[in-house]
Amino acid sequence: MAGALTRVIQGSKSHLGIVGPLVNINNGSVRYQQTKTKFGPLADSDRIFTNLYGRHDWRLKGALKRGDWYKTKEILLKGTDWIVNELKTSGLRGRGGAGFPTGMKWSFMNKPSDGRPKYLVVNADEGEPGTCKDREIMRHDPHKLIEGCLIAGRAMGAQAAYIYIRGEFYNEASNLQVAIAEAYQAGLIGRNACGSGYDFDVFVHRGAGAYICGEETALIESIEGKQGKPRLKPPFPADVGLFGCPTTVNNVETIAVSPTICRRGGSWFASFGRPRNSGTKLFNISGHVNTPCTVEEEMSIPLKELIERHAGGVTGGWDNLLAIIPGGSSTPLIPKDVCSTVMMDFDALVAAQTSLGTAAIIVMDRSTDIVKAIARLIMFYKHESCGQCTPCREGVSWMNKIIYRFVEGNASPKEIDMLWEISKQIEGHTICALGDGAAWPVQGLIRHFRPELERRMADYAALHGPSRAERLY
Amino acid sequence: MLRQPLTRALALSSPARAAPLAVRRYAEIAPQPDKVEVFIDDKPVYVPPGTTVLQAAAQVGVEIPRFCYHERLAVAGNCRMCLVEVEKSPKPVAACAMPVMKGMRVKTNSDLTRKAREGVMEFLLVNHPLDCPICDQGGECDLQDQSMAFGSDKSRFTDIHFSGKRAVEDKDVGPLIKTIMTRCIHCTRCIRFASEVAGVDDLGTTGRGSDMQVGTYVEKMFLSELSGNIIDLCPVGALTSKPYSFVARPWETRRIDSVDVLDPLGSNIVVATRTNEVLRILPRTNEEINEEWLSDKSRFACDGLKRQRLVTPLMADSRGNLTPVDWEDAVVAASRALRDCPADKLLAVAGDMADAESLVALKDLLNRLGSENACTEQYFPLEGAGIDLRSTYLLNTGIANVEDADFVLLIGTNVRFEAPLLNTRIRKAFIQKDTDVALVGPKVDLTYDYVHVGESASIVKDLASGTSSHEVLRKLEQAKRPVVILGADQLKTQEGAALLAYTQELALRLQDKLEDKNWKVLNVLQRTASQVAALDIGYKPGVGALLSAGPQVVYLLGADSGVVTRESLPKDAVVIYQGHHGDAGASIADIVLPGAAYTEKRATYVNAEGRAQQALPAVSPPGQAREDWKIIRAISEVVGVRLPYDNLDEVRDRLSEISPALVTYGDMQNNNYFAQARALAQSLQKPVSGNLDVKLKTLEDYFMTDAISRASPTMAKCVQAVLKQKQSTY
Repeated sequence: MAGALTRVIQGSKSHLGIVGPLVNINNGSVRYQQTKTKFGPLADSDRIFTNLYGRHDWRLKGALKRGDWYKTKEILLKGTDWIVNELKTSGLRGRGGAGFPTGMKWSFMNKPSDGRPKYLVVNADEGEPGTCKDREIMRHDPHKLIEGCLIAGRAMGAQAAYIYIRGEFYNEASNLQVAIAEAYQAGLIGRNACGSGYDFDVFVHRGAGAYICGEETALIESIEGKQGKPRLKPPFPADVGLFGCPTTVNNVETIAVSPTICRRGGSWFASFGRPRNSGTKLFNISGHVNTPCTVEEEMSIPLKELIERHAGGVTGGWDNLLAIIPGGSSTPLIPKDVCSTVMMDFDALVAAQTSLGTAAIIVMDRSTDIVKAIARLIMFYKHESCGQCTPCREGVSWMNKIIYRFVEGNASPKEIDMLWEISKQIEGHTICALGDGAAWPVQGLIRHFRPELERRMADYAALHGPSRAERLY
Repeated sequence: MLRQPLTRALALSSPARAAPLAVRRYAEIAPQPDKVEVFIDDKPVYVPPGTTVLQAAAQVGVEIPRFCYHERLAVAGNCRMCLVEVEKSPKPVAACAMPVMKGMRVKTNSDLTRKAREGVMEFLLVNHPLDCPICDQGGECDLQDQSMAFGSDKSRFTDIHFSGKRAVEDKDVGPLIKTIMTRCIHCTRCIRFASEVAGVDDLGTTGRGSDMQVGTYVEKMFLSELSGNIIDLCPVGALTSKPYSFVARPWETRRIDSVDVLDPLGSNIVVATRTNEVLRILPRTNEEINEEWLSDKSRFACDGLKRQRLVTPLMADSRGNLTPVDWEDAVVAASRALRDCPADKLLAVAGDMADAESLVALKDLLNRLGSENACTEQYFPLEGAGIDLRSTYLLNTGIANVEDADFVLLIGTNVRFEAPLLNTRIRKAFIQKDTDVALVGPKVDLTYDYVHVGESASIVKDLASGTSSHEVLRKLEQAKRPVVILGADQLKTQEGAALLAYTQELALRLQDKLEDKNWKVLNVLQRTASQVAALDIGYKPGVGALLSAGPQVVYLLGADSGVVTRESLPKDAVVIYQGHHGDAGASIADIVLPGAAYTEKRATYVNAEGRAQQALPAVSPPGQAREDWKIIRAISEVVGVRLPYDNLDEVRDRLSEISPALVTYGDMQNNNYFAQARALAQSLQKPVSGNLDVKLKTLEDYFMTDAISRASPTMAKCVQAVLKQKQSTY
């Protein structure tokens, strides 16, 4: 697909000749000037995940052929500072949704040791509706992840990596386990990993199907054998994490891209996308498109181009588009007019009052009952709330009740503001971000589809008389 | 297990690091010399680093509302009621869990803060039943109070008219706690109490989100001797007292501060009464003794105060049946018996709950009649130092100081049931300070891990002589603040004196080597509330020889533990029983003089530490019952040896003549003369061979141990429930 297309511009070579906004960014120790204006499509030679579609062998032999485990020893021997610096140069931001700069996160682990071991935890509990990038990595390119674990582990001086994989990912866990066994047998991990003199273990821990276990501290609790309920922060996992030891939790994609960054250099990675949003990214495009797919693309690629180039366009043409959820179910939706212009990166989507999240694009065309769609998402969050803290436990189920009445229109228009207020009462008041994630879709709906909500209420009133809520509220 | 090896590793490597871990541990933070300045509503306050915002606010008198936070439990941070605005933080932060940072500016009354509180309050109420009028928590409910103070003034719960509120099935957790789980706000205080303080992991949450429930996982009794405390901890009416349900409103009751006498610790209590009836007993905070907890027997046995009571004087008629008589007849009959009895044939026995005033009056009466035969039911060896040195029979370390111990050796005692709140201190030390515990005696469940050294008394001998090869000896010798606790029940046997001598030898050998010269190692845990005062006053411990000498008149002062029986007495012996319950003592008596229970008199009790405390009258004695010292005073007058005190103050003057410690209320004396006691005990170190045994082994043994708890239907239900639970597979 995208392989046939040639890259027009390569960021690392494009410092000259192209007129664009001059942005100075301070990316770790490297000052980097961004002049690029056109993003994507990505050249085949710049792809990190070369077996995304499973057309080749996922085992060690195939992985070696694709360049995994190439000079890993040399990378390890360059040491902690070099790896962390390379990551800082690359400008890689966490791929799990929050977008925290990875280099900085890893550098938190390099405090003087107090005798406790350190751990790397890989969050493979990919449960966000719409997101399906990590499973592709784990089933088709598991060695990228394992090599990434080793390099990231080296960068933070970790003793072991725990990969917490979603329980439903049976085949993925199986492939990953096979790949780990292969790596152990080949001496790539374990005692004296890759002959670097560094001991490193990788463990797989299967979850039992709770969405909340994808939250980093709940994930840690779950590995420890407790109920998956988020912990209070501070203390942050970098201080007191898994089994009380310093821990870093990273997304699968973040870890899996790090070996390539180390091999090809941080500045190569930084040449893609806008400043502070650099790199390549796996995008999942689902919903009302002609060819739903997972594709690796350059960051900052315009949303419209992404959909039209890789997903065969919206069903019935771009004009048939209603709204898009750009970053997994927890991000607020954006209506068509925003979709036409917005770029797919962290900052552009924040400017559009949404978020890149996991870059799982859910496309909804005009046939969608948008209220019902959002209501279904809230039901999901209600079901997955851990119940620990009040605003999320009580608020989300309350929102769920209200929004299902909105689906029918059996509500008072005054309740739209009330729903907005309730969502604001949840947002930012909870221990973890699940409350936020449940509040945002509702806020997106009200922000962009208030007339639709009011129309339904009017229709209901015309048919059945005024809603009971009109009297009560 | 709460205590993980990891916290140990952490504590070893850097003590400062232990503070962040407090999330899953207690909220106490070790004091550090340097302090940071923070601003609470622009008021500067200096607090040690690691203090939470909520604690810092409390220092300047700003009370931040909370539901889940409790200063004696781990921080959960889940109710979100304590959210406050912190300058430069985009989101409000949970004050209970957020450690202060230098220069932090906290706004506890800003718009953001108030809005956050109002929001949380609304969420807490959305599924909370509006059944305050029939809720036992009404009037003392945190949710009620805080919704008045911080909640919104209007309701917008339109959805309850469409889909109703959440309803949760009630759980049956035993005869003490009534659950109405629909009212639960999921603060998890009860769960944290159960696993941290009580050491019983019976409570937990099941389900997720709005289906989350607090309960016991499977239908099961909450098997703890401290279960009643979760009633106090519950901020709403989800957990209420079953015996007290629908009895009274808090504003209808009178509350009288008093002390408990059902165990030797003298826990501080509040007695709630209405119309001359004790309705319930609640704990009163005393950091030195019971913190703010109370054991179940002390809390729930109060209904025993209304049953089996002696309300009128009784005398045996010609057929031997006790029949009501006037006070005059009873006093004259008792006086005649006393007067006509030869001094060496007179015996007075004091029971478990006798107060110091009646003890001193009875002893003075006997002395005036020329007798020295005043004794207690509980035995204590008179060899060696005997009871001449106070430190030989007290809990010298002090209840609160046990928390600071780094090694605890228990000899022949099941502290968990003999003194539940001392056990919580040991457990606290075990969890927070990594204190190791070892036990010599039968293997029992103490709620924490301990090294079981064995059952044989000779182990104590080997430890004392330093010849033991057990690791416990090495640990004891290395400990900086060791504590040795000997159960007083072990001293009853032939080998008791030797066992005490060895324990003294061991404890004082350890104490001599300590850097901290003020640290006391030796402890004897008495079994009853009266024993220490009786020994202080000069009662002989144990009836042994005096009883076998064949007394003609036996005066039982609340002696109900069955030491004196009809079989052990000559046929023509006259038994005078003075006490408040018709129990073992009254049933063998010829003359019964009704006395007052501990809630009915102003009386002095000395706890196991030797701390004198005062019980106050909450209700008046039932029927014709009278205060005990007054009865004895009246008899003395009739006998013709008038006691020289006419009112309570004069009795207490007499007490202070004997020992000033008996009337210095609330204070614990600094006991000494350990070395002398040790020297006197040297000759008693004879071989010991027996095994140590304890009476109270499991929970069902705990509930009914004295006249009051034996008369309590609630305690009887507890025993039945525990026995029934034992049949269950869970």
